[in-house]
Amino acid sequence: MASPPQQELRRRSMIAAAATTAAIGTVPAALAQSSAETPPEAAKATTLKVSFTVNGKPRDLELDPRTTLLDALREGMNLTGTKKGCDHGQCGACTVLLDGRRINSCLTLAVMHPGADITTVEGLGTPDRLHPMQAAFVKHDGYQCGYCTPGQICSAVAVLAEIEAGIPSHVTTDLNAKPQLTGAELRERMSGNICRCGAYSNIVDAITEVAGSKA
Amino acid sequence: MSDKIHVARRHDSALKHVTGQALYIDDMPEPPGTLHAALVLSKVACGRLMRLDADAAKTMPGVVAVLGPHDIPGRNDIAAIGKNEPLFALDRVEFAGQTLAMVVAETLDAARAAAAKVVVEIEAGEPILDIATALARESYVQAPATILRGDPDAALAAAPHRLTAEFSVGGQEHFYLESQIAFALPGEDGDITVHSSTQHPTEVQHVCARVLGWDFNRVTAVVRRLGGGFGGKESNATWVAAAAAIAANHTGRPVKLRLPREVDMVTTGKRHGFDYRYTVGFDSEGRVLALDAVLAADAGWSLDMTPGVVTRALTHTDNAYWIPHFRAVGYACRTHKQSNTAFRGFGGPQGVVVMEDALDRIAHHLGRDPVEVRALNFYAEGRDETPYGQTVDENHLERCWAEVKAGGELERRRAEIDAFNAANPVLKRGLGLFPLKFGISFNLPHMNQAGALVHVYTDGSIRLNHGGTEMGQGLFIKVAQVVAEVFQVDVDRIRPSATSTAEVPNTSPTAASTGSDLNGWAAWDAANTIRSRMVAYAAEHFGVAETDIEFADGTVRIARPGSNQVLTFGELAKLCWLGRVSLSATGYYKTPKIHWDPVSMRGRPFFYFSFGAAMAEVAIDTLTGESRVLRADLVQDCGRSLNPAIDLGQIEGAFVQGQGWLTCEELWWDASGRLRTAGPSTYKIPGSRDVPPVFNVTLLDNAPSREATIFRSKAVGEPPLMLATAVWTALKDAIGAVGSRRTPVRLDAPATPERVLAAVERARRESRTAAP
Repeated sequence: MASPPQQELRRRSMIAAAATTAAIGTVPAALAQSSAETPPEAAKATTLKVSFTVNGKPRDLELDPRTTLLDALREGMNLTGTKKGCDHGQCGACTVLLDGRRINSCLTLAVMHPGADITTVEGLGTPDRLHPMQAAFVKHDGYQCGYCTPGQICSAVAVLAEIEAGIPSHVTTDLNAKPQLTGAELRERMSGNICRCGAYSNIVDAITEVAGSKA
Repeated sequence: MSDKIHVARRHDSALKHVTGQALYIDDMPEPPGTLHAALVLSKVACGRLMRLDADAAKTMPGVVAVLGPHDIPGRNDIAAIGKNEPLFALDRVEFAGQTLAMVVAETLDAARAAAAKVVVEIEAGEPILDIATALARESYVQAPATILRGDPDAALAAAPHRLTAEFSVGGQEHFYLESQIAFALPGEDGDITVHSSTQHPTEVQHVCARVLGWDFNRVTAVVRRLGGGFGGKESNATWVAAAAAIAANHTGRPVKLRLPREVDMVTTGKRHGFDYRYTVGFDSEGRVLALDAVLAADAGWSLDMTPGVVTRALTHTDNAYWIPHFRAVGYACRTHKQSNTAFRGFGGPQGVVVMEDALDRIAHHLGRDPVEVRALNFYAEGRDETPYGQTVDENHLERCWAEVKAGGELERRRAEIDAFNAANPVLKRGLGLFPLKFGISFNLPHMNQAGALVHVYTDGSIRLNHGGTEMGQGLFIKVAQVVAEVFQVDVDRIRPSATSTAEVPNTSPTAASTGSDLNGWAAWDAANTIRSRMVAYAAEHFGVAETDIEFADGTVRIARPGSNQVLTFGELAKLCWLGRVSLSATGYYKTPKIHWDPVSMRGRPFFYFSFGAAMAEVAIDTLTGESRVLRADLVQDCGRSLNPAIDLGQIEGAFVQGQGWLTCEELWWDASGRLRTAGPSTYKIPGSRDVPPVFNVTLLDNAPSREATIFRSKAVGEPPLMLATAVWTALKDAIGAVGSRRTPVRLDAPATPERVLAAVERARRESRTAAP
């Protein structure tokens, strides 16, 4: 069932909700005062509606059209597993799957994707029911601080699908043959996801294991 | 044989990391009324602040406050160890990126939009932007420091051979994937709880209290995890938290301050770049007789932690080598740039490169093998005192060296590479070896202390808290393993909890590789106190000797004549509670044996040394200057590792980070002093393609620490970063293969393609002019 937008937990629009119920004891007086003086910005801004599926659930959002998919996920849907590392499409921490392909969610606007099927790290699996890629990352210690990990895992899932679909990469030697599952292919294809802790070797090992079990 | 320690255990947050359920500060639910902050920064590197007009910003929609230096109720000073490092510049502007003011608004967008409307006028001065200029003008943040032994001047004059050389290394951006963030929440009486992505919660507490003019007990700093630290979240995290705290106090509402990547990069300090000049004297075999070195660090605009960095650089200039007559002078140059700070290695990496450069030049000068010349100079019996007076104990240099040479098949590959270079005019390969000795402990003795707090509940579950912060290095699981060992319970029974100044006070930063050494012992102490109480009570209760009580496999065995009663650990905990035994204890540890005189620069600053060795192979393209690391073989001494899986990850990651520092990571300021490499598009950290495709990492086997470290383990955070020095050495070797090897190769770091290409051109030119 689609949940109406006003019932969504919005981390950064809770201010508007709080302003309408300013009697909440914990809300400082300054809040009620300033909110009364300044109408919530959202009321003035132009918004657009967009509907898509996230992790199998239909979502209907009403957003400032400039909202990135990343902010829509994190702020609008409370899906904070997807991380903001640079907000410029250069670090890969925000990688999600959109209609089965990976995308830097900070580089695309949420309203550009009506009807899309979006999968975030939360949609791949849970601690009780890990996706094989998540399990392999645990087994091979494919992280340290964990901040780039959701993006790495989404990217890794898509990499295997790309190889499976015969999509070549910069290091594929024969463009007419099916790309091989080599270390060089994996390192090349994962190069958009940076990891400052330097867990790259273990990440490649994890992906290799999942690829091997698929073959 | 324990199954709790010395075994691979996954990271405490492993399942949360891979499912996106690990909460970082920006992921925490925001209470109603949360405000967002944005900073107003100087775009000028040096000058007088003439006007800061926030009138337009204040009327922007959603803006709640604009705060500047006059809105700081306490002291406008965020200095870590010095004084007068303002949070918001008052009159002088000291670097491009300095914080001038802060906008607090209902939304992040509103805060950032308003920050852009603050009008700033600065009367620009002439900035000092490099070390050479700072040295010429004697612009320092502290007086020069010197380590001296013997008579280097006389020894150099008498030496059969002498060489003088200069080179430089660049700084390094930490580039933790989670940028700086703090979330300050006002509570009872306005007291502040600040969630800070910090390696130093106690400093956050102190500095928040300082800027607010409060007692420390009104501020609680909390951190569950960091999305990377690497030294960049010590003093850098502190001022971010202080800014959030001021805003929360001013508005009475929760305030979050998260720095966008570019703002993070232009405001926060980095690894210190260094310029070097040295003269080394040696005999005909290549034995070093004397060294006279100048190490000049780019401190940036303020003192920050530069004194410690310079001291560590000077105490690591000897690296693995016995140098009878020694002088190293460290300058801390004041420039109009970000205030450089701690970064994994903390001056150590900038110290060890000096002798590596010198030994390559000595080998070149004498026509000898640089690998052999290095080994000839290792610390050994009878030649085992460092220039600052500490004896090199438990020396594993020869072992590490032998293992890395054997594992890396040195002789075979040397011949193979030489043959390749003879056959290939364009691509050249090179080999580099590096031995490591790194001192473990904070250079300041008083910082080597730690506390812990352990609770055993009546169901046998255990809550663990200590002063160390979890930033991905696996500290929480290592310390939990220690506690599991004490109680002989499964590590899953132990719940590590967020580091908090309210639980364990007066802590040191999680830094200097000391996290598990210090906090491991403190947690052991707390757990052992509780265990001793449980044993005493059980002995009394069951009427047996204390020695008849044995903890194993989550149970407690009471050995009595004729019976062996077994209780679960939880049953004994409950029994103790019924018997009114306290099941909660604090633990404390201070590192023994260490002392340091900062005036004479002598003492025993380090509890022990950690050793290692590396061999790296690179290839360069002599037409473009591009380089690749083809293979790395590393041996690292971790004592008897608490958790070999975690330690392997630390070694690999540190090496990759060191490789980045020495090769692809270039910080670049324009002529006006603005940092133009302020994002991942212009600042290149190593990616998945840069890791050596052949990467053999081993822990030195059967090397339990001789000192009484926690279960004979050794620190691992920083030492392996320096192993990447082998990459730099290998690049010089490859460049040398271009020409006739008549002149030694100078290669400044980072060895970017431009620098490699320039060095290749020099080598070509020099071999042409040298030809008949």
